Amino acid sequence: MRISRAARVGQYTALLAYLVFLAFPFLWLVSTAFKPPRELGSLHPTWIPKDPTLGNFRQAFDEQPLLHAAFNSLIAALGAAVVAVLIATPMAYVVARRRTRLAKAVTGWVVVSQAFPFVLLIIPLFLVLKNLRLINSVPGLVLVYVVWALPFALWMLAGYVRAVPPELEEAAAVDGAGRVRTLVSVTAPLLAPGIVATGLFAFITAWNEFFFALVLLKTPEKQTLPVVLTHFIGAEGVADLGPLAAAAFLATLPSLVVFAIIQRRITGGMLTGAVKS
Amino acid sequence: MRARLLALVLLLMLAGCSSGGTRDDGRITLRFQSLAWQEESVEANKRLVKEWNAAHPDVRVEYVQGSWDSVHDQLLTAFEGGEAPDVIHDASDDLADFAYGGYLADLTGLLPARLKSDIPRRSWETATFGNGVYGVPFLQEPRVLIANATWLRRSGVRIPTPKEPWSWAEFRRITERLSGPGKYGVAWPLKEPVSATLNLSLSAGGQLFHRGPDGKVTVRFGAADQVVPRTIHDQANTDRSASPTTLGSGGSDTLPGFFAGRYAMVPLGFSYRQQIVQQAPKGFDWQVLPAPAGAGGLTQGVSPQTLSIAEDCPHKKEAAAFLDFLLRPPNMVRLALGDWMLPTGTQALRDSALRTTRHGWATGAALAAQLRPAPAQTVRGYPEWKDKVATPALQEYYSGAIGLGALRERLEGDGNLVLARYQR
Repeated sequence: MRISRAARVGQYTALLAYLVFLAFPFLWLVSTAFKPPRELGSLHPTWIPKDPTLGNFRQAFDEQPLLHAAFNSLIAALGAAVVAVLIATPMAYVVARRRTRLAKAVTGWVVVSQAFPFVLLIIPLFLVLKNLRLINSVPGLVLVYVVWALPFALWMLAGYVRAVPPELEEAAAVDGAGRVRTLVSVTAPLLAPGIVATGLFAFITAWNEFFFALVLLKTPEKQTLPVVLTHFIGAEGVADLGPLAAAAFLATLPSLVVFAIIQRRITGGMLTGAVKS
Repeated sequence: MRARLLALVLLLMLAGCSSGGTRDDGRITLRFQSLAWQEESVEANKRLVKEWNAAHPDVRVEYVQGSWDSVHDQLLTAFEGGEAPDVIHDASDDLADFAYGGYLADLTGLLPARLKSDIPRRSWETATFGNGVYGVPFLQEPRVLIANATWLRRSGVRIPTPKEPWSWAEFRRITERLSGPGKYGVAWPLKEPVSATLNLSLSAGGQLFHRGPDGKVTVRFGAADQVVPRTIHDQANTDRSASPTTLGSGGSDTLPGFFAGRYAMVPLGFSYRQQIVQQAPKGFDWQVLPAPAGAGGLTQGVSPQTLSIAEDCPHKKEAAAFLDFLLRPPNMVRLALGDWMLPTGTQALRDSALRTTRHGWATGAALAAQLRPAPAQTVRGYPEWKDKVATPALQEYYSGAIGLGALRERLEGDGNLVLARYQR
């Protein structure tokens, strides 16, 4: 199908506008993080700070334990990613390879579970965690993040498994490899990109999560970055804008970097198996 | 909202499961959750904790940072989960649920006589629920007019003082006089219109909530209650002397326009001075003026910041001693300066640091005696009345969408139906 020049220009203009729209909050955040207080109160704000300063970063680090909170976030996000992948991989294999009614039902349930509001999910989780004495603990938070990330991880990984030709596994079986050996030596290496992409997806969602962390973590030494960021906000929503922007910018960086590295794989993972060959 | 809903559900499901939150490792350790958030305020709190710890090796206090944004939900789940801090910083209008719920200790017999007598009775009323006192009110802030001093001087209008404030009618005339094309005499930041309107209405003799002999509260939107809303409405819709765009804004949002010379005055909380000092362009001359007065003089409603002790705290005596230390007059002054607010303590209020004309401290200090508990402080059902009835009704009235009659009908008719549900 041939697309006219005008249509193409229109498409690119729309795309550019959308990209600008998406980038605006982040660029504004970066700009604000480097502005001195007097520029924050200007009626005609500029994109590039006239008198850039690192004072907001200094103040943010002085006032709040950002590094400690970042460490907690890192542990929670890494833990969630690793455990989610470990559980989701064999589950995804079963769902993708065993096309039984049960597998279909599981897939359906996974999709439906994504529509649950957080508030429904957290009450049973809270009760379970309380009985396990895991309230106010990073392992407890990891458990919640795993439960939260698992459905999507399973769905994503199942697509990767379907993309691995079953003939390869059959060939391994003919050569005498058992089911576990086949899974470890043949399927898993081929799934590696998908496993990485899924793990990193779980990492990013856990890194950015606020609601569960707010409710489940009580003491400051356990709090994660998104929770600590709220400490820059005062009564009636008044914010210490400069330090808040500086801290938020730093908190955004890891997930941005990770996302930039893996975005191709995530897209590939989501599309793999979508079209029947 | 989700977090609040969650917390309430958890409250129902987990009642009776708390197990106390203080850790002892040979010596007493108290956890003090502070909501200080401004740089100077956090520093003042941390220093005081450090000084206490240096002087009291047997009773160590741990500074815990809380957040105004989520304090209610966070405390509710903390109480239920047995993880509550021992010493709790909050605002008086947030204490009722916790006090009636049995989560906070009654401080009546715990506090020293010095502290009790230092804080005026009207301030204690804000933290008194039933027969108990569940918090020490220690910081408060009136609403003031922050004015562009150069603009006011050049216009030749009479500059008000706490002794000779503007009346509401005079205020309206002056904002009209100060307005011109693209310029407004005042910018009302009324994102949260209810508390601002109610608290300022005390100055005109407004009361809105009336408690009958049976103890039940009803809403009556009388002539005195109408003075402040009518002034704001007329400034925005009739005189065009109030910027219509700031009616839906928060206080901070009005500052850029104020600095740029679009508005001559902005009614703000006293603590906003800190942001103004930080953000005002060099050479910008500003001053603090008292809010207009009416039949009730300069009276205003406030919900002071409070310090409470958790009922689960096993070392209430030591926690009370820490409160006493934190709220000694010189320390109260340090906390007030850090937060750019006024102390409730009469001795602290006399401190010269809070009487200086610099940054309008003297004007604020002169208003302190006129501050009263916010009218809605003890009204059951107020949060629902505020969210479902008063906020939309006042927003519509201020924007000109409805008239005073419709506002009255909504506040009284719909409002009393809501309050009645809580008072059966």
